Amino acid sequence: MKFWRTPLDVTKLKIPKGQLFIVKDRCKGCGFCVEYCPKGVLELSPEFNIKGYHPPFPVKEGECVDCELCQTICPEFAIYVVRKEEEDDEEEANQ
Amino acid sequence: MKADSAGVLTGSHYLDGDYAAAEGALAAGVQFVAGYPITPSTEVAERISQRFPLIGGFFIQMEDELASMNAILGGSWAGKKTMTVTSGPGFSLMMENLGLGIMLETPCVLVNVQRGGPSTGLPTMVGQADIMQARWGSHGDYEIIALAPSSPQECFDYAIKCFNLSEKYRTPVLLMMDECVGHMTEKVVIPEPDEIEIEPRRYTTKKPGEYLPYEIEEDLVPSMAKAGDGYRYHVTGLTHDERGYPVMTAECQDRTIRRLVDKIRKNADDIIEIEEEQIDDAEVVVVSYGISYRVAQPAVDRARAEGIKVGQMRLITVWPFPERRIRELAARVKAFVVPEINLGQIVLEVERCAAGQAKSILVDHAGGWVHEVDDVFAAIKEAAK
Amino acid sequence: MTNTAANKGGAAVQEQAKPLKEHPLEPYLRMDRIPHIWCPTCGIGTAVSCFIQAIIDTGIDPDKLVLVSGIGCTARVPGYLKLDSYHTTHGRAIPFATGLKLANPELEVVVISGDGDLIAIGGNHFIHAARRNMDIKVICVNNFIYGMTGGQVAPTTPLTANCSTTPFGNAETPFSLPYLAASSGATYVARWTALHIRRLTRAMSEILTRRGFSFVEVLAPCSTLYARRNKLGTGLSLMKFYHDNSEIVHGHDVKDLDIGYQSTIKVGKFVDEQKPTHVDNSNIWFSKVFGDKYTWYGPTPPNLDELKKARE
Repeated sequence: MKFWRTPLDVTKLKIPKGQLFIVKDRCKGCGFCVEYCPKGVLELSPEFNIKGYHPPFPVKEGECVDCELCQTICPEFAIYVVRKEEEDDEEEANQ
Repeated sequence: MKADSAGVLTGSHYLDGDYAAAEGALAAGVQFVAGYPITPSTEVAERISQRFPLIGGFFIQMEDELASMNAILGGSWAGKKTMTVTSGPGFSLMMENLGLGIMLETPCVLVNVQRGGPSTGLPTMVGQADIMQARWGSHGDYEIIALAPSSPQECFDYAIKCFNLSEKYRTPVLLMMDECVGHMTEKVVIPEPDEIEIEPRRYTTKKPGEYLPYEIEEDLVPSMAKAGDGYRYHVTGLTHDERGYPVMTAECQDRTIRRLVDKIRKNADDIIEIEEEQIDDAEVVVVSYGISYRVAQPAVDRARAEGIKVGQMRLITVWPFPERRIRELAARVKAFVVPEINLGQIVLEVERCAAGQAKSILVDHAGGWVHEVDDVFAAIKEAAK
Repeated sequence: MTNTAANKGGAAVQEQAKPLKEHPLEPYLRMDRIPHIWCPTCGIGTAVSCFIQAIIDTGIDPDKLVLVSGIGCTARVPGYLKLDSYHTTHGRAIPFATGLKLANPELEVVVISGDGDLIAIGGNHFIHAARRNMDIKVICVNNFIYGMTGGQVAPTTPLTANCSTTPFGNAETPFSLPYLAASSGATYVARWTALHIRRLTRAMSEILTRRGFSFVEVLAPCSTLYARRNKLGTGLSLMKFYHDNSEIVHGHDVKDLDIGYQSTIKVGKFVDEQKPTHVDNSNIWFSKVFGDKYTWYGPTPPNLDELKKARE
């Protein structure tokens, strides 16, 4: 992230991380989540779901910041994010 | 249960039919009325709007009859007893949403003070030509309950009956008055609240989650729930199943619509009310309803005085039609005489049920006034030949 | 939630991680009816997500929240939400909602329906409910077309658009819904597109927690009909169009909010004022006329004194 000046509380800020869950078979391949994810985490996957659509899949999962935009914009309730707690973070780092 | 004293104006009054119907509704516990002014029914709404503020009811004059019908359906789902009033042209407007009320199985009362028609017709003069429309006005298959009072006292009594029937069978019920009865002023005796029987709404005893809005019960009438009680139900005008969800199959249509129709048909004996006079030895039976009954009486008396064996059958409930009784009588009487202020509506039902075993003679009247007693008498005489 | 179709989808997914919880909006959805009937790239689903999020954000009691709709694609929304919901006849959602609210003023009544349902056949009821400041909330999902019946022209269809009953281009000037609502007396008027999910959710939260006739217009893409008939691509192309062509102008003059064919769209909150509702007015007046004999109808509003002053 680019700052035009360094915020005074930058050391106190914690950018959250999100865990994506995609209900593949509900997806109708609209592409809203792919287009509007602010971090560009998602892409339409080349595989088909049960309805014949291409569901999204995360290409940059580590960059998801739990903004929940995909969760709200999805018309099919097919994608949602759960905030990763700090312990989960550390666990992943240690693995 | 007994009536709530708040709405009951006990005593002996001199009221016109419209006011009496309003008092009947108040005695029955109506608490929300939405209407649109139309002659000759406006006085019902006016009386309600005068009485409601001090007894805790709410009246709103909506922007048209369509809105009125829908508002009373909504009000009924919120848990109140509701009513709307109209006449011919408004009745036509309410038809689609009467169908919605029937499909959603919403208890409510629709008062139609009939006037001369069709179209704008005779706004201030009597007619009885909406009686077939009461049965068949809305699209699709359904059964309806309709009552026809013949005096202001009966407007009061039958208004209460209408509310009771609508709660018992969870369906809209029509009070088919006519302008004559509506604008006729007579003595109306309103009894004490504990002398008035009120049918309470049958609410479900099941818990949210177990409750299904249209679960078939023994008498084919589902128990109701009201908005805001946490039942989280969905109801729709589309053909639906027991859960209330739309299911677009012929099989569901058959199940649901047959039940809606059977709900009334199978309970017809409980619903139908007729009043018979001098019927045991009758060779001619005068079948009438509403104001025509009052006009037929002197004709019947005159005929009896001349030795003609004539009896009277008055339809208190016009719909469901008392088919069985007409068939029974048709087997032994010579003819039915049907005086009605239209060009032949109930006579068609009589003829259908008589099935050729007895003649059906119509004494028609295009509307605007009541029959001449002479005409009814002449028809009785003719029938007795 | 034991619906097999939903679970099948869920079960098929989780190579990523084991599911920590269900979709956060699922408690408010009738999962036995998901998947819903709306087309791929339809904006109605997004509007529903925003609405459910608003219910969660405001903490409103869902038992007292009642939804009413008419007929149309948007009118199917109440059928998918786990709330007391009524799917009534075409155009008559608002009077039905009026009846519900007046008979039980403690209910929070929301009408969710489409532009054709609310403004064409329901137009009369819309303006009267706004005039009366009836305490109901109206969310109109405007896709500029009659979707459910196959793409006919709507009173909001922009000039020159192609619809099944205007196959050579629409020659009728459309309504500007915020103008119509505001001039009829609505006390809250806002317009957002399905893309503006945060602001839309906030607008929905605002209307759920206020009193008075509140109107939110949601512009949503209709891919199968509006976009396809006018060769505008899919719902995603329309969303991109909203992204590039909508201007947020809070408080803008309502007279100047027309939407032309593929033209700039002005969105924002245009009206937000407090006026006595229909029931408030009745109550205040009857209290004056009858004095102590009158019992207040419904719950007492929090700002009663202000309302009494406004009524004088």
